[in-house]
Amino acid sequence: MARAYWALFAGQFRSVTAYRASFAVELFSNLGVIVFDVLAVLVLFSVTRTLGGFTVREVLVMVSLTACTFALADLAVGNIERVKTYVRSGRLDTVLLRPLGALPQLLLMDMPLKKVSRSLFALAVLAVALHLAGVTWTPARAALLAATVAGAVTFFGAFFVAGASVAFWWVESGELANSVTYGGREFAGYPVPVFEGWFRNTFAYGLGFAFVGYHPALALLGRADPLGLPAWSGWAAPLVALPAAGAAAAVWRLGIRHYRSTGS
Amino acid sequence: MTIISAAGLRKDFTVRVKAGRLRRERRTVSAVDGVDLAVERGEMLGYIGPNGAGKSTTLKMLTGVLAPTAGEVRVCGLTPVAQRTRLALRIGVVFGQRSQLWWDLPLRESFGLLRHIYRVPSADHAARLRRCRALLELDAFLDTPVRQLSLGQRMRGELTAALLHGPEVLFLDEPTIGLDVVSKQAVRGFLAELGATGDVTLVLTTHDLADIERLCRRLVVVDHGRVVHDGTIEELHGRYGSRRVLVADLDAPLPAGFAVAGATVEAVEADGHRVQLSLDGGVGAGTVVAALAGAAPLRDLSVREPAIEDVVARLYRS
Repeated sequence: MARAYWALFAGQFRSVTAYRASFAVELFSNLGVIVFDVLAVLVLFSVTRTLGGFTVREVLVMVSLTACTFALADLAVGNIERVKTYVRSGRLDTVLLRPLGALPQLLLMDMPLKKVSRSLFALAVLAVALHLAGVTWTPARAALLAATVAGAVTFFGAFFVAGASVAFWWVESGELANSVTYGGREFAGYPVPVFEGWFRNTFAYGLGFAFVGYHPALALLGRADPLGLPAWSGWAAPLVALPAAGAAAAVWRLGIRHYRSTGS
Repeated sequence: MTIISAAGLRKDFTVRVKAGRLRRERRTVSAVDGVDLAVERGEMLGYIGPNGAGKSTTLKMLTGVLAPTAGEVRVCGLTPVAQRTRLALRIGVVFGQRSQLWWDLPLRESFGLLRHIYRVPSADHAARLRRCRALLELDAFLDTPVRQLSLGQRMRGELTAALLHGPEVLFLDEPTIGLDVVSKQAVRGFLAELGATGDVTLVLTTHDLADIERLCRRLVVVDHGRVVHDGTIEELHGRYGSRRVLVADLDAPLPAGFAVAGATVEAVEADGHRVQLSLDGGVGAGTVVAALAGAAPLRDLSVREPAIEDVVARLYRS
């Protein structure tokens, strides 16, 4: 079974590297997003000394942590967005004719390998940000970082999958789902105290975005939450990731079932 | 042994129809409406019908892509939707208008990837590929990226791709659509050979009735989601009274009042030098020719088989 999925991955790898020059250009042009993330923070801090009570170095940890985990999620499952074109073109039928699961096939067939560069660059930026913030490393903090990355990647991935599943009901879709996914990404990178009211409550605690960026960053930096959440909330990324992944899988399965009963 | 069975197979779709300025009404349309089908192992079945008759929908239900609204389906002893991945290992599917090859990779590499996806032992894979290479003459373009292949070449690649895991049933949806005459013949020749071995059951939908005449003894005609004919091509002709036509050129005019048992004079042309007779079912052309030769000296003869197109066109219209 693993060989089969590996073959799909290899097929995609060879397909994109068949156009070497364009692949190289795409690898490079994909770095822009991360550069802009960092620039945005620097611009903000050129007019203020603190943001929600945090210094530039601390905010850079939050932003780079989110940028990095989001980039990894985008690399792994971001192209599931294309399922709407597959529904329209009927290519989903050919996927359903193969002896493998539909979701893993779609992910591996279309993996946007050009985004590898972005993920690696974001990892490097995160490493620099953690260093500049003067994080003192303990085994517990290293474990926290690993758990947070795994949890946050799963969490963002769940949003990608759930958002793309909407295409099974409305082929002309994705904008609303995208606004939650990409809006959540922007939200997760900034200190929660910056936001207010229902908006904060919905995104931070309702949808859980605070637990994949802000709270783990606090724990890594060794700071308490100004809003008074207990310290263990820094470890909550895997806890919010599991229900998100479960919900996304359920929506996906419902979507496939709907497709099979309605066709395209 | 029955390899495909369907009973009361139905597929309803809900369509929204405009009713008034903003209101839309939901209406249920049965694309497939109570199809019963039993296909024996090794059979070659032609499945035809006009556009929108429900051919592709039926095929999708048999292959596990779409779930039936009602009815029973078994293919290779499995329930297609519930046991989709197990069934996928035992059937092959070729959609004329969709590709299962890797667009940017050479055919050879696509085949290699499919070996892993279908978990085929490499000796079996090599043997099957060798056979397809010989029969479909793939060697000339085995190392060309798929996107650069002609449609005919690509279709030969698709056929190979669908057969490399040794399927028990091969479903073909419009396999000759858009192909030139030579490629059509290559595909038909290959399928005929494949069917002759009796190892693979073939189910073929097509608009090109020459495919059917060449390949399938059994013909299922569907219209509006229902089966309107299920039997041999001869039975179809018999049922709709299509007849063979004998055309004879004579050296002397046919005597007036000429008649022969088992045939009807349809037309006399060229001052009686050319005559067309239609033959009743079961009557040999020989006896009619003998009677004709007794009446006037024969110069030339031809027998035209009834065209399946005419029969099917009549069937669709009725």
